[in-house]
Amino acid sequence: MSTSSVELPPKGGFSFDLCKRNEMLAKKGANPPSFRKTGTTIVGLIFQDGVILGADTRATAGSIVCDKNCEKIHYMAPNIYCCGAGTAADTEAVTDMVNSQLQLHRYHTGRESRVVTALTLLKSHLFKYQGHVQAALVLGGVDVTGPHLHTIYPHGSTDTLPFATMGSGSLAAMAVFESKYREGLSKEEGINLVCEAICAGIFNDLGSGSNVDLCVITKGHKEYLRNYQVPNHRAHISSKGFTFPKKTEVLLTKITPLDEKVEVIEAGDAMEE
Amino acid sequence: MASKQPDALLGPESDSQRTQYPYVTGTSVVAIKYKDGILMASDMGGDMIYCLIAHGLPVKVTMPELCSYGSTLRYKSVERIKPIGKHSLLGASGEISDFQEILRYLDELILYDNMWDDGNSLGPKEVHNYLTRIMYNRRNKFNPLWNSLVLGGVKNGQKYLGTVSMIGVNFEDDHVASGFGNHLARPILRQEWHENLSFEDGVRLLEKCMLILLYRDRSAVNKFQIAKITEEGVTIHQPYSLKTNWEFSAFQNPSQGAVGSW
Repeated sequence: MSTSSVELPPKGGFSFDLCKRNEMLAKKGANPPSFRKTGTTIVGLIFQDGVILGADTRATAGSIVCDKNCEKIHYMAPNIYCCGAGTAADTEAVTDMVNSQLQLHRYHTGRESRVVTALTLLKSHLFKYQGHVQAALVLGGVDVTGPHLHTIYPHGSTDTLPFATMGSGSLAAMAVFESKYREGLSKEEGINLVCEAICAGIFNDLGSGSNVDLCVITKGHKEYLRNYQVPNHRAHISSKGFTFPKKTEVLLTKITPLDEKVEVIEAGDAMEE
Repeated sequence: MASKQPDALLGPESDSQRTQYPYVTGTSVVAIKYKDGILMASDMGGDMIYCLIAHGLPVKVTMPELCSYGSTLRYKSVERIKPIGKHSLLGASGEISDFQEILRYLDELILYDNMWDDGNSLGPKEVHNYLTRIMYNRRNKFNPLWNSLVLGGVKNGQKYLGTVSMIGVNFEDDHVASGFGNHLARPILRQEWHENLSFEDGVRLLEKCMLILLYRDRSAVNKFQIAKITEEGVTIHQPYSLKTNWEFSAFQNPSQGAVGSW
């Protein structure tokens, strides 16, 4: 055995060892389960005082709606929020990770986070994974340099825009923005426009649905409006409610107190400093 | 989509006759019903797709995305809206040569109808049905006419607007669109269309849709034609351009507050 072949720990990134095996299995008919995607409409726009982000609330796994009211607007910093489209696990993990990194950075510098910081952290992570982390994000916030709105694509490219849409319903929402957006919108006008765009996505795209979530970020202040509009409420609810016809019979009750099985050692060593 | 297997079933001469993917395509057509009839709009671009050629014949694949290496806006004055008989207007997106073939079929149809000389003429509903049959039968032979058709017309005061896709899916509605228009224009039309639009309002609505398509559809050009059909007849207007707005302050210096992003 050669002593020069040292087992190096993996340097990071993906290991593609099992891909050949997966291909072989797929050929034999054993398909992997489908991902939970957020098939989505997410939008952002810049109005005169800051940024408004909007999202729908439907999460799909294949053709089933697996979450009727999920949260797609993720917290990144007190002044920065991020909407996520694509694979739900990827958007959650990546925004969570950058959220922690921003917090540490804030402790380190003692200053409010800037939107470009979040942008660069997200973009370099996504580029490193070459598009395999399928997260398409709309990042918005207000920092010392002003309001900013960015879109981030799964492969790591970004755009800086006055209004942006992402997700499967992006075309419907973009049609609304292109026809109605102008600079210097007031807060009410901005909120109405974002709601209209999300509703266009909800009603014209099958991957988006349920309710409208909003987040309004201005200098020094933010409003997270969960379920701001509920255009798809349950209209016909039975007034009788649910009653189960037959109760389950209890045949035997046996209680085992667990305290007797566990030994608690009171005097142990104190933890080292 | 057709796979490689029908080759064996249909025999050797079938190889040279099948439209597997388009070469020169037109983009969306948008049409709405208004007070007096139908308004239809399309741009005038013809987009030529570059495909792999081997042994002088195009490589047979089922998806143009796999074999094309780009496209160029080859033609800028393609009329994609044509009158059919006295009562109908046909707009098509997709392969231009297949559209010309469809026009020849319809020409024959209208000619035979006129030769009866019985005072009756084919209305939009009948032409729509004929087109559906053509498209569906061609798809059944794995040799589709690569078009999405929009057909509108007025006969005896009745307005009719319908669409047929490449595989024969057909339906009628108050507003239809083909291609990208389905994703970009129809949400706007669902919100803003109402019965009894005046001519000016209808044109304004169509222009709004075409402007969005111009901004967001890669193969759109800024040269549009609007066609109108009423009980009196067909009018296809002269082509014109729309005014675009690029004056957002955010576009002047995009990375102003975000140096290092682009």
